[in-house]
Amino acid sequence: MPELTYRDALKSTLVQEMDRDPRVLLMGEDIGVYGGTFLVTEGLLARYGPKRVIDTPISEAGFIGCGIGMAMLGLRPVIEVMTWNFSLVAADQIIQNAAKIRYFSGGQAGVPMVIRGPNGAGVQLSAQHSQALESLYGYFPGLFVAAPATPADARGLLRTAIRGSDPVIFLENASLYGLRGEVPDEEYTVPFGQAAVARHGRDVTLVTHGRTLHMTLAAAAQLAAGGVESDVIDLRTLRPLDMATVVESVRRTHRAVVIEDQGGLYGVAGEVMAGIYERAFDDLDAPVVRVSGEDVPMPYARTLEVLAQPNEAKIMEAVRRTVA
Amino acid sequence: MTRVRVNGDGQAMVRKVEHPGVDTDVLLEWYRSMVFVRHFEEQAERSFRRGKVGGYLHLYIGQEAVAVGVLGAIRDDDIIFASYRDHAYVLLRGTDPGAVMAELYGKATGVCKGKGGSMHLFDVQRGFYGGYGVVGGHLPLAAGAAYTLRYDHGGDRVCVCFLGDGAMNTGAFHEALNLAGLWGHDGLCPLVLVVENNQYGMGTSVPRSSAVPALASRFDAYDIPNEVCDGMDPEVVYDVVRRGVDEVRRTGRPWAVETLTYRYAAHGAADLLQPYRAKTEVQEWRQRDPIAQTEQRLRHAGALDDAKVEAIAAEAERRVQEAVTFAEASPEPAPGELYTDVYGDERQRER
Amino acid sequence: MPKMSDAMTEGKVLSWRKRVGDRVARGDVLAEIETDKVNVEIEAESAGTLSEIVVGEGNLAPVGAVIARINGGAAGARPAERPSGPPRQEPATGAPARTDAPASTAAPASTAPRADGAAAPERPAATEAGAGAAERIKASPLARRLAAERGIDLSRVTGTGPGGRIVERDIEALAAGAPAAPARPATTAPAEAAPAGAEYEDVTLSRMRQAIARSVAQSHQTIPHFYVTNEVEMRRALDLRTQLKEAYGDAAAALSVNDLIVKAAALALRARPDLNATFASPDTVRRFRRVHLGIMVAVPDGLVVPVLRDADRLPLLRLALEARRLIEGARERRLRQDDFSGATFSISNLGMYDVTMFSAIINGPQAGILAIGRIEERPVVRDGAIVARPMMALTVSVDHRVTDGVGAAAFLAEMKRLLEHPVLLLGSSAANA
Repeated sequence: MPELTYRDALKSTLVQEMDRDPRVLLMGEDIGVYGGTFLVTEGLLARYGPKRVIDTPISEAGFIGCGIGMAMLGLRPVIEVMTWNFSLVAADQIIQNAAKIRYFSGGQAGVPMVIRGPNGAGVQLSAQHSQALESLYGYFPGLFVAAPATPADARGLLRTAIRGSDPVIFLENASLYGLRGEVPDEEYTVPFGQAAVARHGRDVTLVTHGRTLHMTLAAAAQLAAGGVESDVIDLRTLRPLDMATVVESVRRTHRAVVIEDQGGLYGVAGEVMAGIYERAFDDLDAPVVRVSGEDVPMPYARTLEVLAQPNEAKIMEAVRRTVA
Repeated sequence: MTRVRVNGDGQAMVRKVEHPGVDTDVLLEWYRSMVFVRHFEEQAERSFRRGKVGGYLHLYIGQEAVAVGVLGAIRDDDIIFASYRDHAYVLLRGTDPGAVMAELYGKATGVCKGKGGSMHLFDVQRGFYGGYGVVGGHLPLAAGAAYTLRYDHGGDRVCVCFLGDGAMNTGAFHEALNLAGLWGHDGLCPLVLVVENNQYGMGTSVPRSSAVPALASRFDAYDIPNEVCDGMDPEVVYDVVRRGVDEVRRTGRPWAVETLTYRYAAHGAADLLQPYRAKTEVQEWRQRDPIAQTEQRLRHAGALDDAKVEAIAAEAERRVQEAVTFAEASPEPAPGELYTDVYGDERQRER
Repeated sequence: MPKMSDAMTEGKVLSWRKRVGDRVARGDVLAEIETDKVNVEIEAESAGTLSEIVVGEGNLAPVGAVIARINGGAAGARPAERPSGPPRQEPATGAPARTDAPASTAAPASTAPRADGAAAPERPAATEAGAGAAERIKASPLARRLAAERGIDLSRVTGTGPGGRIVERDIEALAAGAPAAPARPATTAPAEAAPAGAEYEDVTLSRMRQAIARSVAQSHQTIPHFYVTNEVEMRRALDLRTQLKEAYGDAAAALSVNDLIVKAAALALRARPDLNATFASPDTVRRFRRVHLGIMVAVPDGLVVPVLRDADRLPLLRLALEARRLIEGARERRLRQDDFSGATFSISNLGMYDVTMFSAIINGPQAGILAIGRIEERPVVRDGAIVARPMMALTVSVDHRVTDGVGAAAFLAEMKRLLEHPVLLLGSSAANA
């Protein structure tokens, strides 16, 4: 199995899907000539030409809205947002149009579209470029929300997203693009709503997604050295949310910690916790604990930025409290 | 026949132009259509008052010439996007009035199964891609749809986007038109923009909401050719739009028209007092009512007399009552419908 | 929460038999209480209206805590109209003797030898084990479910989770017979209850066993025991039992040899009252005028001691019926608080377990306990010849502060005399049982 970076897994999947289906096209700011801010689309303009690789003005409401119209007419636009923070300019398009058109048209029209780009913090990008938005988009029925944490899932989930029939919020992260991992050669997809168990353990269930999977796995390895074995669940998609896998694990471990990048209030972790309480209350041996980003706008200073984010130590501390 | 230019003060300059010469048979058909649409909407308002129709009900009464003229100027395989004041377009496009009325009644037999209502009529089979409830929000969709029509080589279909004067102040309008203008340079955006300047965005008049009331001039900023025309005369609308559409079809470049029109009806059925305009203003515009104008023209041409006018009205009313009967008799949506049409692949819902 | 056994520190309300607003007559059963020994019904000690239930079903309360309020007086009296506030549940009758005896063993009063006399007001709540025990038991949802599935009473489980929460391992440990693991930091190995292949097994004690442990340790440590044994020939006693059964039929169905021994012990204690006593203070031994015998009854997870009152005065057949009621009631946990209080001396019979002889630990603050072995045919010398006779060993354990070996010997001699001449057990009214 070849080892690819997360970036190359995305790019090669885009190439495969564009080769396979002429209806797939790319759109976004500086994705063509420039090659994409994170170089995910580098070289694709030359390969597919400007009709299929569209450099847009800085105009998210415009080009995301155009993508919706294209999708309604049968194209499969894959739109890059330079960061998900900029998607808020197009929130009306994504939330009011993309998510709802199928419903209020009584199923007459659909929006098979992917919007992808980095979500959450990079390094010292400060408040307006660091927000993690999964709970915002996770809120809206009609959207899918995927958050691959590994190169293999980046490929499998992107393929599912492109081939699907509905709008997909595809959350990447700046720190993941260089991550290397084995990516199967065969043409596989990762279905939505199917979490991955990234590590098996009997003592506690750690639930996470995206970037924080890796610090969670690191924490789990350290905890294992101390005798606490963790089940680590990578949700992979947040909508649909695979509570079945989470609940199945909690029924075995009876304890859970949920980890997320974004702030804790009204977040994914809170949703997962609610699901556990609703479905596995009688299996719990301790309150479920969450490790979230701090409840502040992201600061600029590196020291503060580190404090604002979850990390291994915070996860381990939470696990210790849970298994006490 | 009048064509209209608007000067910098926002005052319409009306000048006579040569009559475009629509066939009397065609004009008579438009007359029938306009009468029917108006009867339909008057009934919709009655049903609203009786509590049969819920939510918002935005009536098109007074603006019928625009819809009739534009739809008369395009082909059946062209596509349409519109705002929430959308009853006339689907009715003129040939959608079953019963299904439209049933949608307003929130019934299972509605065009959108009772899930959209008045603001979100759809008939994708007839190329009608929806009414949208957020002012200006549908413009990017129309631009993207237009791009799609040229994405596959060889087509010459166009996408018509109806919008109100209010939409021109939204960000989505400017972002969409900038993209449309850019793509038009490559012949990739066959978009026909039909502004229905009915003088008010809800209750705020154009001069009170737009720094430059000469609205069509905004298209210049995006290199989109544009015209202004009288929106109360279906023949004028038809004539202007037909030539514009032909150009769009040929070049793949967007084109815009600002039709000067008026809604006698309130903004919505709940807009009762209308404190923003004088009754005399409404009366003045009624003098130029598109149905009355057309009737006069047809009487003059000998194609209409009192009996025929009455018969057409009776026929319109009969069709409307048929639609009402259908809507009344239709079943409520099944509770299970609540969960369908959220996703294309329902199996993808939460496990 | 009334104290219903000597060692009781807290009780759990199993069920309320009256509802708030119900009229209550003195003696009405109010509630069923689970103690560390048995489940008992508690009775209203005053009439009135049950105005408030303070401790709900399934909840624990320390002894002395208010578990309910009864408004006395006229029906319909409202608590708010009573200037002195809601009336307390009256303390149990019988003033506690002020002695220097260990605080946990209130001395029975001479006129009403009930061991439950310790009045609540004298016991500061803070000294009660688990002063907050009346609150909800902290247990994880999983622990609650497992306990329910296995029929484990959470009030008997010690929680080792944060803040004393009962967690899964506590239930598993109990079910597996291992002790609950101590709270452990996450980085230490998560414990199986006992390592596989260990040479021992730790057994967590039930509340009852814990109470027994406390009580026997205290008795053995504070009471200087000595032991005296004698042998009794039981041939005539066995014959008497046979005859009575023949003569009275069903009316004597309950009669066992044990009843004869109990009766003999009661009469012997009346004759030798120095053992029917308690070491009340360094300068006082209290001798009881009545004989209330505690009968040790084995129950599935320990021992209980119902009390046969006035055993010396009960006609034999009535004694047999009462003993049967107490023993069966104890095994079925349906005795009431009165049935457990006020013993002045105890008897333990292991004869049915094929024990030749043994010595027992005194059930403090009593001064003696009689241990009875099995009856077996043994060779004895009678009139110079070796013959087989049904023999039985009696061992009495005695508080040496109360009497000495001669007194113990005299007691056993009297028992021997009575059992070997069992007609003496019948008394004048035996036939009127």
